[in-house]
Amino acid sequence: MKPSKSELLVGRLFLFTLMAFTVLPFISIFITALYPSNTIPNGLEWPSDPQWGNFIEAFKVANMAALLGSSTFIVLAVVPVSLVISTMAAFAIGILRFKGSGVILTLFIFGLTLPFGGIIIPLYFLERAIGIYNTRLAIVLPLIGLYMPFAVYWMRSHFVNMPPEISEAARVDGATSWDLFRHIHVPLAAPPIVSLGILLSVWTWNQFLLALVLVEDPTQRTMAGALGAFQGHYATNVPLLCAGTIMILVPTLVIFVIFQRQIINALIQGAVKG
Amino acid sequence: MDKFESISSTEKTMSEISNDTPALTQNRRIFPHGKIRREHLISWSFVLPALFMYALFVLVPLVLSVFYSFFRWNGVGPMTWVGLKNYFTIVQFPNLFGSIFNAFKLIIFFSFIPVGLGLVVASVINRMATGRLGSIARTVIFLPQVIPLVAAGIIWGWLLALPGLVNELLRLVGLGSITRAWLGDFNWALPSVGVIGVWVLLGFCTVLLVTGMTKVDPALYESARIDGANWFTEFFNITIPLLKHEIGVCLTVTVINALSAFDIVWVSTAGGPGNATSVPGIQIYILGFSQRSVGLASALAVMLMILVLIVILPIQRLTRETAK
Repeated sequence: MKPSKSELLVGRLFLFTLMAFTVLPFISIFITALYPSNTIPNGLEWPSDPQWGNFIEAFKVANMAALLGSSTFIVLAVVPVSLVISTMAAFAIGILRFKGSGVILTLFIFGLTLPFGGIIIPLYFLERAIGIYNTRLAIVLPLIGLYMPFAVYWMRSHFVNMPPEISEAARVDGATSWDLFRHIHVPLAAPPIVSLGILLSVWTWNQFLLALVLVEDPTQRTMAGALGAFQGHYATNVPLLCAGTIMILVPTLVIFVIFQRQIINALIQGAVKG
Repeated sequence: MDKFESISSTEKTMSEISNDTPALTQNRRIFPHGKIRREHLISWSFVLPALFMYALFVLVPLVLSVFYSFFRWNGVGPMTWVGLKNYFTIVQFPNLFGSIFNAFKLIIFFSFIPVGLGLVVASVINRMATGRLGSIARTVIFLPQVIPLVAAGIIWGWLLALPGLVNELLRLVGLGSITRAWLGDFNWALPSVGVIGVWVLLGFCTVLLVTGMTKVDPALYESARIDGANWFTEFFNITIPLLKHEIGVCLTVTVINALSAFDIVWVSTAGGPGNATSVPGIQIYILGFSQRSVGLASALAVMLMILVLIVILPIQRLTRETAK
């Protein structure tokens, strides 16, 4: 039996309302961004003289080229290293299962729910002490560490589900642990590694707190961190602020549209496993 | 104390899952005795890089947080041992303890509304829009989840401002009398920040719950519909009971988001007006970096970490049990 017509109508109306709730904010800041600089715009009314130049202005003022470079550098430094070392650790815990691996796993799981705010203060003093404060490494190194609980847990839940016969057969053929890792289990783990890579990239790109506290120079920060600084400078110039926000959103939105299925799946799986 | 309890409880669930002993005996069967020690070393070398980064940038700061919390320290001068005084100060001063209270209020907006509304949306999609409309709705509602929270804060900071879209729409439907600068209003600032949380987290919950619903045997819905069940009966008698695990996951993720909120609040209100939207994350930042009360900030940080564990563990336990 199919839902009745009136039920369908109510259901669809409900969905459209929620989609409007999601999309209207984007449309609103887009329209606002087209108003002349330093004016106070008016809701959803299309400006009489749209200022497309605001986007160019924002690109220049926010030093967008440098920001894109900086964010890309941080993502490229954090994600591959995190993937390699977490996969190795998860392999040892899930496949080699050495004595003590249970304790190590518990130690990592302990960090799963840790709010970044809980350790941000000592991190600041620690980084001043080892001399990486106010460099990109100040964001890169702690992020790798902070991702370890989730990344190891994620990869381990893949490895423990691998049939042990695979490893045993390879061992009989004389494979060392390294062979087993490099030639058998890493190729088999490609899908979860890719998903993890997507997740870590999004999280890194959007990281704000570490950038705010540990790096003073906005051009050395992540996109999100730089946006925070941009807001500080242009809080009163609403059209320019909106234009800047859109410029910073565009890369994320483009990536999301292209990889939407993978990103959604990765985020959802990530939540279920974590 | 609470931390140790939590460690031992996770350990229990872990040993249930991983079952170390058979694997060890397997290894012994494959290798001659002399090799075991070497294999052990090799295993450790696989774990070491991850463990090192985790220890240096998470565990060491964690211990330092606890350590600092027993001192009065401005970050540069000498440290003075004060015992538990910082903790007492937090409990005594309403503007500090209030931040924890605010975090709990945020749970209503960051968790209860997105999960409740998400359940309704998901079941509507599942029942009435399995085709194109459903997948478009899913993608659109998910969108805010991938943008930086800072951007969400800035966008809504403008929408909720006096000349912003929210007031514009209210005037349009004849509610001009209630318009205000939402984020600057002592009573409305926290709910307004909450709305931003709903906007960000609704899509995440919806998609997760839809995924869960597709796993439910369609025959169940089929037979319910033959018996003349409408959307309401379907929702309360089939959907919710069978989705306990997914609901638990949504609650876990969103509650962590609520308790450790920082980005959205910092950008939209910075904790103001007064302390109306101040949450632990904001207070830690202000105390530690603006007021240079490192000890006090650390004590609040320790309380925040313990609080998250206390709230999350029961949710985890409940949903794990029902998942079996």
